[in-house]
Amino acid sequence: MRRFFDHQLLVRVLTTLTIILGVNYMVWRWLFSVNWSNAWISVPLVLVETYSLIDCFLFGVTMWRLRERPAPPAPPEGLSVDVFITTYNEPIDLVMTTALAASRIRYPHNTWILDDGGRPAVQQAAEKAGIGYITRSSEWENRPRHAKAGNLNNALAATHGQFLLILDADQIPEPEILDRLLGHFNNEKVALVQTPQWFYNVNDTDILGSQAPLFYGPIQQGKDGWNAAFFCGSNALIRREALMQVGITWYVHGVRTTVGQTLKGGDRIIARARAEHAATGQHVTRALEDVRLAVRTARKELREDRPVGAVTYNFQRKVDAAAQTIVTADLKSIHADLDEIQQLTGLTSPTEALITRDVVERLARRDWSPMAAIGPVRRMIRALDVDRADEAIPVMPMATNSVTEDMATCMRLHSHGWESVYHHEILAKGLAPEDLKTMITQRLRWAQGTMQVFLRENPLLQKGLSAGQRLMYFSTMWSYLSGFAAVVYLVAPILFLCFGVLPVAAFSLDFFARLIPFLVVNQLLFFVAARGRKTWRGQQYSLALFPVWIKACTTAAANVLFGRSLGFAVTPKTRQDGGPPWFLIRPQLIAIAALIVAAVTGLVRMLIGVGAPAGTLVNVAWVAYDLVILSVIIRAALYKGFTPTDDRDENNEI
Amino acid sequence: MKFDVELSGEDSAVIRANGRLNLMSAPDLKHLVTGIVQGDGRPNVVVDLAEIDFVDSTGLGALVFGLKTARAAGGDLRIARPGKQIKMVLQLTSLDRILEPHDTVEECFE
Repeated sequence: MRRFFDHQLLVRVLTTLTIILGVNYMVWRWLFSVNWSNAWISVPLVLVETYSLIDCFLFGVTMWRLRERPAPPAPPEGLSVDVFITTYNEPIDLVMTTALAASRIRYPHNTWILDDGGRPAVQQAAEKAGIGYITRSSEWENRPRHAKAGNLNNALAATHGQFLLILDADQIPEPEILDRLLGHFNNEKVALVQTPQWFYNVNDTDILGSQAPLFYGPIQQGKDGWNAAFFCGSNALIRREALMQVGITWYVHGVRTTVGQTLKGGDRIIARARAEHAATGQHVTRALEDVRLAVRTARKELREDRPVGAVTYNFQRKVDAAAQTIVTADLKSIHADLDEIQQLTGLTSPTEALITRDVVERLARRDWSPMAAIGPVRRMIRALDVDRADEAIPVMPMATNSVTEDMATCMRLHSHGWESVYHHEILAKGLAPEDLKTMITQRLRWAQGTMQVFLRENPLLQKGLSAGQRLMYFSTMWSYLSGFAAVVYLVAPILFLCFGVLPVAAFSLDFFARLIPFLVVNQLLFFVAARGRKTWRGQQYSLALFPVWIKACTTAAANVLFGRSLGFAVTPKTRQDGGPPWFLIRPQLIAIAALIVAAVTGLVRMLIGVGAPAGTLVNVAWVAYDLVILSVIIRAALYKGFTPTDDRDENNEI
Repeated sequence: MKFDVELSGEDSAVIRANGRLNLMSAPDLKHLVTGIVQGDGRPNVVVDLAEIDFVDSTGLGALVFGLKTARAAGGDLRIARPGKQIKMVLQLTSLDRILEPHDTVEECFE
């Protein structure tokens, strides 16, 4: 592979150069060219430039170990595979087209439609075609459903294949998909193989930027080099054993966390219950005191790192004993009342055996326990158990703490030492959104999910990940912060052109001598890494969707830090109708108008001798570049959907 | 927990309740029965349990306490239409032989 080595060497040389030139520029910017008299804009600008340099650095790290894998060996016979087709509300025809294609996959397997909509018509169609049909079991009623992750976990509990192929409802697989992928699992450490997502309803111009040739290419291959190829939710083959193993580990972790948090609040709950129920009777007060002591002991045991199963078991036995003291007191007073009735009426009491051990135990059991009448105490006792009664199934192999279950699950697999593979060959073809609204909803969800994982399980702090893996996860998260940077990049030239506010000490020769080589080498790196793939749309959208990225960051932060709802949007697979949705891109339209006004104003100011010529021309060029980038969003709003053309590229190259 | 009292004849009353008859609501039932029997002078009380879906040992104690109060005043307390869980508890404690469950409220007056 001589050619590959050369390419890799070139990428490394360019990465090194980019970093050196970038640091050279940034150091000079920070030390010598911040215009402190306009610090309110100069400092934000130098900060976002630093942000961008770190982004370049992370891209360089990704490219550093780009891995192009050879085809794996043919798989052994006799592996058991389940093919899961996840659906919620997609049209039946679309689901069945995928399901029938899946049933034609050559390697022996079972095909299942995972219908989260529980639609009888889908069930009938599946049964008629002889395809398995799975919908949520009754345990999920009145419990968190966890969207797609819940759907998959439900199916995992209902099936038992060694491997599972996950396909979104629109992803039509090739018959050879399993034959091509299963061989990767000859390496027993491999947990996951991801293939590209490629869309057949997109033409060459790809106005909505649906194809992701840079991601399903150099970026995934680069991540693969660090054993950090991402799981992207569909078109992936997974080893069940790996998924179950991390599911169980996370279950234990989750129980421990819940138990720890509950015990922390235990004293307060008991104290309040005692105050509120002081009048009910001494026996209740005493029982609550017993529970309080049990909470203390459990806390101590947990601190001593005793197994959480033993801690909760001991706790529950003590709670049962406390409940039994209340029941015994109740039965004693019933007995006394019956004695009185007997004396009054001369009736013989048939209830000598009232206070037997069996009766007391039954009446004190958790479902009938009198202590359960005190809501907060009941909830506390319930939480201090290992069966996770608040969830439909205790072990959730697919992570449920993010709306992008794929990334969170993948990170767990990696942190437990499993390996992932990126297989660069299109083996399933799907449908991309055909309108701006759907596209924005989808990008928002990806970004929100990524930021949720970032805030909940920061990859830089996760145990078990290698440094490279940490950087690969962090890189993706870092890139979603670009919305904030975009605002500064848009505002800075407007301020200069309209008001002459200078964000740098001077647009001098020094400035250009440091900036331009960096920009050129960086673009060259990007060009070489992309290897002729069309990456321009991706570059446009990373700036043009800046309001989406900002919204994703703020909503994810509000969700993780303050428990606000994020909402889970299922991306519609069919086009949403109506006129051009200008309201969706109002911030971009305002930015475009402001940039045009600024360019004209700047030129006028220069012509009448107010604006400095060098700075004006640089900023007008900057504005022009921004406008070219942003223009894509207008074309996207006007996009009328996909019409197939004859010269459509049908081969499997990306 | 909500109680509804319907007066019946000269010396009777029907208590209708819904929800859970437990540690929290039992004291209310005790007060209510005492009030009807001793305050209003109606020693014959029927407790309609149709809307009660759960009883615990303290709730059971309140029913027996009501029975004692009614008997002491020369009357009786009878229960009508208990649900499955209440029947199980009554059987478990053998109290169904003293607080015999009736199928209708009318039957309690026979």
